[in-house]
Amino acid sequence: MNIGENVLMAISSLRSNKMRALLTMLGIIIGIASVIAIMTVGNSLTGSLTESMQSFGVGNITVSLQSTRASGRGGVGMNIAPSNLMTDAMIDDLTAEYPDEIDVISLSEQVGSGQTVNGRKYANLSLMGVNVGYFTANSIELESGRLITQRDIDNKKNGAVVSSLLAENMFGEEDPIGQTIVINTNSYVDRFTIVGVYTYEASTMGISTSNSADVSTTVYIPLSIAQKVSDAAGYTNFTVVTKAGVNATEFTDKITTFMNRYYSRNDNFEVSAYSMESMVESVTEMLTTVSMAIAAIAAISLLVGGIGVMNIMMVSITERTREIGTRKAIGATNGEIRLQFIVEAIVICLVGGIIGIILGITLGSVAANYLGYSARPSVSVMLLAAGFSMVIGVFFGYYPANKAAKMDPIEALRYE
Amino acid sequence: MTATTEMIRLEKIYKRYYEGKQNELQVLNGIDLVVRKGEFVSIVGESGSGKSTIMNILGVLDRPSEGTYYLDGTDIDTYSDKELSRIRGLKIGFVFQTFNLIGRISARRNIEMPMLYAHVNSKDRALRTDELLDMVGMTDRAKHQPNELSGGQKQRIAIARAMANDPAILLADEPTGALDSKTGRLVMDIFHELHEKRGKTVVLITHSKELAEETQRVITLSDGEIIKERPGRNYAKYYGNKQTAVDTDDYDTIDGEAVDYDEDGFETDDSDDYEIEDFPRSKSGSSTTRRGVRA
Repeated sequence: MNIGENVLMAISSLRSNKMRALLTMLGIIIGIASVIAIMTVGNSLTGSLTESMQSFGVGNITVSLQSTRASGRGGVGMNIAPSNLMTDAMIDDLTAEYPDEIDVISLSEQVGSGQTVNGRKYANLSLMGVNVGYFTANSIELESGRLITQRDIDNKKNGAVVSSLLAENMFGEEDPIGQTIVINTNSYVDRFTIVGVYTYEASTMGISTSNSADVSTTVYIPLSIAQKVSDAAGYTNFTVVTKAGVNATEFTDKITTFMNRYYSRNDNFEVSAYSMESMVESVTEMLTTVSMAIAAIAAISLLVGGIGVMNIMMVSITERTREIGTRKAIGATNGEIRLQFIVEAIVICLVGGIIGIILGITLGSVAANYLGYSARPSVSVMLLAAGFSMVIGVFFGYYPANKAAKMDPIEALRYE
Repeated sequence: MTATTEMIRLEKIYKRYYEGKQNELQVLNGIDLVVRKGEFVSIVGESGSGKSTIMNILGVLDRPSEGTYYLDGTDIDTYSDKELSRIRGLKIGFVFQTFNLIGRISARRNIEMPMLYAHVNSKDRALRTDELLDMVGMTDRAKHQPNELSGGQKQRIAIARAMANDPAILLADEPTGALDSKTGRLVMDIFHELHEKRGKTVVLITHSKELAEETQRVITLSDGEIIKERPGRNYAKYYGNKQTAVDTDDYDTIDGEAVDYDEDGFETDDSDDYEIEDFPRSKSGSSTTRRGVRA
């Protein structure tokens, strides 16, 4: 008797007792559905996070100064002596050393937060000096006008790129390009000409403010002006944008080595670099581990489901003792009887598994959408679940099937 | 008698249950029996005389504790359990008192079952099943499940199933025991036909005197021993003026007095190995009925 015949036989046997078959499957359905649902939510969360991190640019490598004294990482503040900062010369050297890997370098200097006022109109802002590479590194989308150019930086021209939100608040329907605004921060007041407007994207974190003018947006000005205002002689950090095809993780190590040559005799600071790619990797890894751990707990219900299948198989075999005896009398070998019942257990588990997968994806997708992520059911997990449910069938079906196979045909035929 | 004409040869067969234990039970006590190819024999005896045990051994469902069983010239002791399964499937057809059809599947699938285990391809299976359904006159009931069939119909399906792989031997354990006399007659006629027209060796266990007398040889069992072998009185009558295959002088009474027989040579005990008293049992089977069917 071939497998196909066995499967048909198993299906007809299950159909003859639908309610029981369904109840038996329930354990498997719940088990598989919960594992799949958790994995789907986990996958969606990971995917969404990865995507949003990738929007910062996976090819970006952040290079920053780290204090070797401080116990923790980071913590670079105002107390860095100017002599310790990374200089333009160092960055130029780096660019010259790796022309094939480096696309652009993004530099910025935070000036501070402030306001621009024009009569009753006002807009909150934070002022930041940037170089040309900054726009590439941060994927800033220009709506109209132009970005800050190298010439603006070299000539220290008071040009500004403002957000579309600021432009709308200050000028309404009027064309903002060429308009002059007065920017007022705590330490600095000056007049700037708007040269460009970038698309303002409301933060997904959504700080809801009733008045859009109160939302602070960044105003970009030439780096040279910001440096003059802040009296900055160097950088605590900068971002390297790599060319396409460069392995960011590997290149990160090269940058670290290169930059640290300047700090080999500095007892207080060293340079560390990390890529967005490695950040994404570690975050993904962590989330996957967490969802796997939760799924493993959910898998315990699968074990319970499997025991349920085994229990019903035992009952079924006792009920069908005479049938087993008859089958043996008409030529079935022990192996064929064993196979018949194992196939039956597998069919129960597989059907349950498939229902569970469908249910799990549905639940997981609903949950993911509710949490605000796009649902990403994992195909590999689905296949794994289907395979695993078959394994459960074999594992929990074997003992009852073997019991059936070893029945004495005479005893079985005599069974009432 | 050469070995090739023998289908079954039992030599000093003993069967003991619970061997070596305090409650050891000897069921068969040195049975010697030869059944020739194409012979139709019946085994009669009281309950507990060992009829069913001998049937189980003949059907290789069980192995004897002692003694040798040659099936078609081969000692079955040389076969593995798996080979015995195959022999049950191909060489032997079982017909049970309680039919033992497999529930929840159609009559057709029941008949196909032995062929599935014998790895017959689906086309040949379908052809053979049609043929068998026709043989037992059940073509119009092929799609019915066993619980939708009457006793006689079930038994006809069971006989068709037993014949699925065209076995040489049919072993029937009280095949009419659960049927009324009319349907019992019908089932018995099928056995006669299989014996006569298809040359099957048939071993029949029965309580019915009339039915046993229709066979070529009646073997009487008591306490695990064969106490009497004699030709069936109505065998020749049943087959009309056809030449009977058995020379009646072959059988001498071994021990005619060991069992309490009525005038027809049957024990009067009406009890049964299977305790299914709810079913009507064949009692009359008068010659008029018989002739009516056979005519």
